[in-house]
Amino acid sequence: MHATSHAFKKNAHEALHDAVLQRALLNLKAGFQDRRARTVAQLPEWEALRERAKAIKDHVLLHLDFYLERYAAQVETRGGMVHWARTGAEMRDIVLGICRSVGARTVTKGKTMIAEEIALNDFLEEQGITPVETDLGEYIIQLRHEPPSHIIAPAVHLTKEQVADSFRAKHTTLDPDRPLGEPRQLLDEARAELRQKFLDADVGITGANFLIAETGSSIIVTNEGNGDLTQLLPKVHIVLASLEKVVPTLEDAATILRLLARSATGQEFSAYTTISTGPKRPGDRDGPEQYHVVLLDNGRSNMVGTEFQDMLRCIRCGACMNHCPVYAAVGGHAYGWVYPGPMGAVLTPSLVGVEEGGHLPNASTFCGRCESVCPMKIPLPKMMRHWRERQFERHLTPNAARYGLALWSFLARRPVLYHAAARAAAWLLGRLGGARGRFRSLPLAGAWTATRDMPAPQGPTFHALWAARRRAPGR
Amino acid sequence: MSDAKSQILGRIRGSLKRDALPAATVAALDERLARHERNLLPQRVARDPAGLVALFVEMATAANTEVTRLAALADVPSAVATLLARENLPAELVASPALADLPWAERPLLTVRFDRAHGPDAVSVTPAFAAIAETGTLMLVSGADTPSTLNFLPDTHVVVLEAKDVVGPYEDALDRLRARGSTGELPRTINFVTGPSRTGDIEQTIQLGAHGPRRLHILLVEDNG
Repeated sequence: MHATSHAFKKNAHEALHDAVLQRALLNLKAGFQDRRARTVAQLPEWEALRERAKAIKDHVLLHLDFYLERYAAQVETRGGMVHWARTGAEMRDIVLGICRSVGARTVTKGKTMIAEEIALNDFLEEQGITPVETDLGEYIIQLRHEPPSHIIAPAVHLTKEQVADSFRAKHTTLDPDRPLGEPRQLLDEARAELRQKFLDADVGITGANFLIAETGSSIIVTNEGNGDLTQLLPKVHIVLASLEKVVPTLEDAATILRLLARSATGQEFSAYTTISTGPKRPGDRDGPEQYHVVLLDNGRSNMVGTEFQDMLRCIRCGACMNHCPVYAAVGGHAYGWVYPGPMGAVLTPSLVGVEEGGHLPNASTFCGRCESVCPMKIPLPKMMRHWRERQFERHLTPNAARYGLALWSFLARRPVLYHAAARAAAWLLGRLGGARGRFRSLPLAGAWTATRDMPAPQGPTFHALWAARRRAPGR
Repeated sequence: MSDAKSQILGRIRGSLKRDALPAATVAALDERLARHERNLLPQRVARDPAGLVALFVEMATAANTEVTRLAALADVPSAVATLLARENLPAELVASPALADLPWAERPLLTVRFDRAHGPDAVSVTPAFAAIAETGTLMLVSGADTPSTLNFLPDTHVVVLEAKDVVGPYEDALDRLRARGSTGELPRTINFVTGPSRTGDIEQTIQLGAHGPRRLHILLVEDNG
């Protein structure tokens, strides 16, 4: 997918004025936040589990080379094939090579963010292979030629009326007057449309929530059952995964699984958690004849050992964006690439560069909710600050902000001067505010005063009040 | 070793500012893998076997699964027949070959095929390898006599679960699987199933019956010696 993260400000502005999008985004609270809170409250071990899960992933990242080698060896022992891709382009070529080797014409896909990251669908179509998204949300946005706006709910930016319009436009063999007003009717239609596609596909592509070094297994976590039909029915199953998905043992995966569904959808456990190990066995009546895993680096090996290593603990649950006031206001498309919300604001600059993604770490109020709900305890606000520093160092910050910060830091390191300047500014603004005591507009603060008045300072500064109070008798 | 593999591993080591791990560390890590130690288990699974069965039923029911208790495995065919009649479904099903020894002949009106599932199959009956009380989750494993397509293609999925196979946490179920046979080899597919398939992709309203089964019934067979 072509990144437009550099245009965050413009994207966000448009999103704020999109009435239909704003209506769709209202579903986030009841849909995600309330359900998560209820389920987490039922597990007294929640905080202890977060600590354990964090420790497991930190351990893996420090020994990532070892666990990847053990994992790959186990896959191969069990008859699977492991392919290594340094870049998205390499991964696309590997997938194409496997598809070509079996003469594949259609490919079903379970939901995988890695395929979005490497823009696999467009590539396969250019090569004459038809990719069919089978997750309901992904299917809807594929029909609409849109990117996902959320990592676990790709069509969260749409209303059911928009989905109905898309189905009428694309499912042209059906009765044009059929009722499509309810989510149930939309789901039944998508289910019927996709059923034959599952059965006809030559290759099934899924992502992976975990790779198990101990057993060479891949794990997917889903609710719809589409991922299982995708990996079970075709002759070939291809798993797309990034390096950091590996964990040591099934027991380690079980610990993190206790956090995943609760954080993502507020379920105790997702409907389907499936562990796949190699191709079908002798005597099996179903299952794929070939099992391939393609491991993607795409910048992650450079994050290990840096201040951004913590981001590689991410399990893609979406809790950070579900609880982010900025995401709730502008939705996922404004972030301009595959990963939106707080996790996207940290990961995008790592993967596509700070020049393209450097705006995103500024799309934060630093309220800290993302970190407090993150099951893997990723310090997202701290990492956004790291990116802001890098952006500043590289002179990518706008001049007005640079000079403002320089002036502020000059004053802040000289308390006497600072207090004098604050006194002068408060006096001046107080005078300029006049009888109304408010400003309708202020230079350099036009965005702030566009929708509200700025109150003028009144009376002495805080420091002056504080000093007076300390001098006051009887304290 | 492929170029890409050696380069990726080299970059990881470069970022971690070290070479390949020393032999002693590798041995310790291999030992950690072989030990596959448990981490933290939730208190809610600290119950006796009857308590675990009760917890399982409670959690499975909360996940939109219907649970029917039976006294013996021999009661399964008639329970299935009753269920299909109640739901107005045709008396035709596909079952795991592993269940072929049940007294299906006692219900001659039921047409039963023992095989994997195909597109048109509407009802399947399969055995559970184990069940996890912690979250009301079934553990279904693939094998020559337990094809995985039965768990996903039909609209109605009936699972036969013996009460003795209900455990507390996922880790207990994994231990049973590892203890199976001599090699400890995992099956090709392990399905943890918690309720029927579902989606919230349209306006965050949960709908049951996405691409997998619309209905999940568990026939819970009590131990009777």
